[in-house]
Amino acid sequence: MSTRRIWAIVRKEVREYRRNRSVIYGMAVLPLVFAVQPLIAVLRLSSGEAGGLAHEHVLLYMLGIPTLVPVFVAAYSVAGERQQGTLEPALTTPIRGEEFLIGKALAALLPSLLIAYVVFGIFVAIVEVEAAPNVAASVMQPTDLLAQLLFTPLLACWTVWVAIAISTRSSDVRVAQQLGVLASLPPVFITVMIALNVIEPTPQLAIGCGTLLILLDVFGWRLVSGLFDRERLISGSH
Amino acid sequence: MLDQASPLMAGQARRQGPAIAARGLGKRFGDRVAFSDVSFEIGHGEVFGFLGPNGAGKTTTVRTLGTLLAPTSGSATVAGFPLAPENAVAIRRRIAIMPEAPGLYLKLTVVENLECFADLYEISDANDRVAAALKAVNLSDRGRDTCGTLSKGLRQRVALARALLSDPEVLFLDEPTSGLDPVAAREVHELIDGLRKRGVTIFLTTHRLEEAERLCDRVAILNTTLRTIGRPDELRDQLFARTISVRTLGSLADPGKVFGGLEAVDGWRADGAAGSYVLAVSDPSVAAPAATRALVAAGADVLSIAESPHSLEDVYLELIAEDPEASRSEA
Repeated sequence: MSTRRIWAIVRKEVREYRRNRSVIYGMAVLPLVFAVQPLIAVLRLSSGEAGGLAHEHVLLYMLGIPTLVPVFVAAYSVAGERQQGTLEPALTTPIRGEEFLIGKALAALLPSLLIAYVVFGIFVAIVEVEAAPNVAASVMQPTDLLAQLLFTPLLACWTVWVAIAISTRSSDVRVAQQLGVLASLPPVFITVMIALNVIEPTPQLAIGCGTLLILLDVFGWRLVSGLFDRERLISGSH
Repeated sequence: MLDQASPLMAGQARRQGPAIAARGLGKRFGDRVAFSDVSFEIGHGEVFGFLGPNGAGKTTTVRTLGTLLAPTSGSATVAGFPLAPENAVAIRRRIAIMPEAPGLYLKLTVVENLECFADLYEISDANDRVAAALKAVNLSDRGRDTCGTLSKGLRQRVALARALLSDPEVLFLDEPTSGLDPVAAREVHELIDGLRKRGVTIFLTTHRLEEAERLCDRVAILNTTLRTIGRPDELRDQLFARTISVRTLGSLADPGKVFGGLEAVDGWRADGAAGSYVLAVSDPSVAAPAATRALVAAGADVLSIAESPHSLEDVYLELIAEDPEASRSEA
């Protein structure tokens, strides 16, 4: 495995994102949707209303960001290159399929993590500064902060593999993105249910979900490696 | 002292064999045969033309030899390595493929495109090689241009620079002048000429016959199966009787008397217009002077005597016309 080839793919991808407005807008708008609505709700609460937050987990809404943001770029990763005709020249180099996939995955994962943590940091900072003191204390539950920290990469990684898997099998970028979003909805649904206290968050649940995500991430990597068929990607045959 | 197992000796051994050898190579997609039973050898430093109509299997052959597609029959060696999954990376290190579509990252600059591929080939002196590749295709002053802003001809040159980056032993050029205007095509021809002088083995697929005739040491004509292979002049000689065209100011009174019995002339016929004759000859260098002398002796006013040119296009059309499958695809 060559780290230089992997980073060549990562660098190329990041350079392309930076110059692709639709990617930038897509990656910017979604976090705003997940951050602004809960932020407004929290800032409108008075100190007297803070008690109601004790049974909600507002911070967990933010886990929607790492779950959905990577779809935009990961779904594009292989299908987009096929569509543009850039896949064949890349695959004629000595790069191995695994190196290509890891490069693509890192290029989707790293900016998504950065965005997720930065937006989360801004959300926390605004709540600390602007929200009523009791409200801020109720929102900043240590377990939720820890959950955000730990589950962000696990969820993002899962989304990346799902979207790349779809991308290797799709010849149309938009279809790949739509299917990628659909595939990311189950974890978003579970997170929202926990945030609304429909599902009670417990340490056991956190360990169970964490273990499952780790397994899915490993499984996802193997699945995508298996789906990456150089011949099918080049010739379009099945 | 080097032993048999040293990499250097292994490299020399590889260079002693052909650059590419295919034996009964074939590829099918389900029931559809892309190409079959293709056999040839290409020497180091040779420019080998691969001709054929659309759908003949040229690009699939390149992709197969380039390890992108697995053959379904036969065997091959490329840059000294047997074509097998375990050798795919070793082969791809030693070859470069320039596909018909340049396939550049249009949002990146020319240099960024080349830097990416220099990293993919793990080239040690990447900056120098990028600069050298750009210089080779006369694009040193366009390195900072975004590829999306370049004309088709310039993109093709960037793709060629990309193919040269790794200093490949074997270079596959798939329709390198497709869609280019005559000036841009000529520039690509000059670049290929330059590569030939540097000893790079070139596998050139094209259906521009004048391109193949001008650039290639040998050509093969493919139409799912290999129809013929050889030097362009050899193919002409194989397919067409050698002839000399004679033009005189007026019709000869007795052409049979003039041309009959001449050394190296096997026969003659009038060629439509008055004063035009075609002589079937075994050796033009003997027949032409003999015919000239006979014409002068007969008092004829000779306008021209020349060997009838049969181009590679004639060869191609002759072979493809025999092939009902090709006739359909051409139509």
